[in-house]
Amino acid sequence: MPRFHTPEDLETFRRELLSGRDPHKPCISVCVGAGCLASGASEVLDAFRDELARQGLEAEVDVKGTGCPGFCERGPVVVVYPEEICYLQVKPEDVVDILSQTVKEKKVVDRLLYEDPASGEKAVKESEIPFYRHQERVVIGDNIRIDSRSLDDYLAVGGYAALAKALSGMTAEQVLEEVKRSNLRGRGGGGFPAGRKWEGSRNAPGDTKYVIVNADEGDPGAFMDRALLEGNPHAVLEGLILGAYAVGSREGFVYVRQEYPLAVENITRAIEQARSYGLLGKDILGSGFDFDVEVHKGAGAFVCGESTALMTALEGRVGEPRPKYIRSNVRGLWEKPSVLNNVETWANVPLIINKGADWFTKIGTEGSAGTKIFSLVGKINNTGLVEVPMGITLSDIIYKIGSGIPGDKKFKAVQTGGPSGGCIPESMLDLQVDFDALSDAGSMMGSGGMIVMDEDTCMVDVARYFIHFLTDESCGKCVPCREGLRQMDKILTRITEGKGKEGDLETLQDLAETAREAALCALGKSAPNPFLSTLRHFRDEYEAHIQEKRCPALSCKALVAYWIDPEACRGCGACLRKCPAGAVEGGKKTIHVIDQEKCTRCGTCFEVCPDRYAAVRKISGEDPPPPLPEDQRAIVKKSEKA
Amino acid sequence: MSEIRLQIDGKDVTAEEGTPLLEAARRAGIDIPALCYHEKLKPYGACRLCTVEIESRGRTRLVASCVYTVEEGLVVRTRSEKIDRIRKTLLELLLAHAPDAPTLKAWAAEYGADPDRFEKEPSFCIHCGLCVRYCAEVKGKNAIGFIDRGVRKEISFIPEIALQECENCKACFELCPTSYLQAAYVLTRSLAGKD
Repeated sequence: MPRFHTPEDLETFRRELLSGRDPHKPCISVCVGAGCLASGASEVLDAFRDELARQGLEAEVDVKGTGCPGFCERGPVVVVYPEEICYLQVKPEDVVDILSQTVKEKKVVDRLLYEDPASGEKAVKESEIPFYRHQERVVIGDNIRIDSRSLDDYLAVGGYAALAKALSGMTAEQVLEEVKRSNLRGRGGGGFPAGRKWEGSRNAPGDTKYVIVNADEGDPGAFMDRALLEGNPHAVLEGLILGAYAVGSREGFVYVRQEYPLAVENITRAIEQARSYGLLGKDILGSGFDFDVEVHKGAGAFVCGESTALMTALEGRVGEPRPKYIRSNVRGLWEKPSVLNNVETWANVPLIINKGADWFTKIGTEGSAGTKIFSLVGKINNTGLVEVPMGITLSDIIYKIGSGIPGDKKFKAVQTGGPSGGCIPESMLDLQVDFDALSDAGSMMGSGGMIVMDEDTCMVDVARYFIHFLTDESCGKCVPCREGLRQMDKILTRITEGKGKEGDLETLQDLAETAREAALCALGKSAPNPFLSTLRHFRDEYEAHIQEKRCPALSCKALVAYWIDPEACRGCGACLRKCPAGAVEGGKKTIHVIDQEKCTRCGTCFEVCPDRYAAVRKISGEDPPPPLPEDQRAIVKKSEKA
Repeated sequence: MSEIRLQIDGKDVTAEEGTPLLEAARRAGIDIPALCYHEKLKPYGACRLCTVEIESRGRTRLVASCVYTVEEGLVVRTRSEKIDRIRKTLLELLLAHAPDAPTLKAWAAEYGADPDRFEKEPSFCIHCGLCVRYCAEVKGKNAIGFIDRGVRKEISFIPEIALQECENCKACFELCPTSYLQAAYVLTRSLAGKD
């Protein structure tokens, strides 16, 4: 194992490493990120290793488990180098074909390629797949190229070059200046300019300063930071070291939620490796700069993603926010100046130092430079992680990259910014996504969660879901959040149960204002957003629930009813057999009828009724028609009728 | 310590650097309602009743006056339509838990808070944390603490410490704005087999 004493040591090692690696040697990258693991990637990886061993090809073909390239919908993802052939939904039984055809005969295995659902056209390389073609993957792009357990792999793709560059030829002020000029804004929530935050810490009095990685990603449906920390931990670490150098910090922390065991493992290993290579510790690369990092596992509280709560938890106390009238970058962890940035923000730093602020500001919009990683989930064809330049339209993300809504359903809204973000309606699909445009639309960038909703989603229920989540995750310290959210949760639940009443919306607005204006921390202040943004864009749905006891999306269980259209029912008995409540009456050649008293509104009858009959109707806001009298239920064939 | 000059409700006020706005106002004879504030304890910023409006560098915003400290030239308003509306809502939320607490009732009358606006869930404790913080910060005993989180959060005595320390102290009893504490204490004693 090398130990670098100077930047030249590192570059020499990199040259030797690359000259020892044959770029033409076949290499099989199997994504072993969380999504692909869940669809069986580790069996695929094992199958490759076993098969190579069986054929005695271990020395001729490299195999590696890599980080997440984002296309989780079609995992496990396998990329074969040097041709960069991308195979999707690979199973262990495909391994033999990939080895015999692609690796040995340089032929493509057609059935494993991406096929465009509309044109039927196949895509061989990752870059030819529409999901990837419209992305700009400067941060997450290396994930599939490196084994996240290997520092050498990171060095091979240019890792730690930014650190070497900074420590050999840049002063701390120059590093800070470059980040300031890049206009890099925090990717974790508020979008505060990172350079200004760093500068505040650098200029704050005192010798002890801290830099911290916020990897307490807790938004439902979000996994950007997870993919980075699991897939490319050294990129985050390199960014952190550069930040420490710029700020004048000698000690850093990675606060990572314990629910991400692989991220904990990979960042811990990365820190140990960096230490033994001389990239962390005393006198890094002979520059005289000392810096080391410790990993702290979060104990499972959403609120600890809030900066002051995170620092309180790091100090070993209950993770509750504290008043922030003096910013944490001046007085933070143990009352010392502390720079806290999220995983993705840190991962951008090496790129900025390597390629320069001018390169960075060319990507994105004037107010929001660079790219942003979103986790695209919900009612969308291509679930996964997407990295796009700021300023891309919502419709490009949803339709060009996400390939639209499954099942010919209509798009209704997209929820951005995590639980305390907001919902953006169809009329605003042309919105150019950046920090400011999302705030103006009543939502926020947050950490980059993007949940797509279709016409079957009830917006009142969405608000209820997120407010309930936030009630559950409130730390309980201040009244507007703990008590205000508790009441909002109750009222919204009542409305979705058809028990909404006149004045509920006004009360909700009062509670929302109280939390927004008077809550202690950012979590509480932004907590009413799910309600406020859905009220702003979907007020009619609230009114339908409260005044007409109707759920326009036919989603709120208490407000829907099912009945069987006697004209359409052919008495096939599918619903009768499947109804778990025994609420369907009927028999052979008899029109079936639902007993509304017994019906639990589970919707099974609606789902099992054959498409060719489609006799089960789902309604809301009106009573189902009375059932036919029993003596009129016999089904008579048309020919017999005549 | 330097003297800071500021204006509270139109009154010129001076205070030492580091003084919370709430304290500066009280010394100038301007009362601001607060449940979790105590001059012997570190400011906590939990009840938010002490929310006031400040104007600095041309911007107006709401802050908790127990944790926001005096600044030169600051203009503070302790009452406004918005502040009163927020205090009213906060009181209504608290009254759902402690409907008979005298302090809350008195402020409710002043701010027009409807004690029946929200469904009653009498738990008496309104999580001001005075007992917990007084025991820790002034007495240094930590005989009482918070357990659980969020809407499930409660105060609880640690029986082993309470048995040793509480009999002759009980300093927290009179701090409690809703009189819940005494009941909790008695309960703990009985659970611990003392009575």
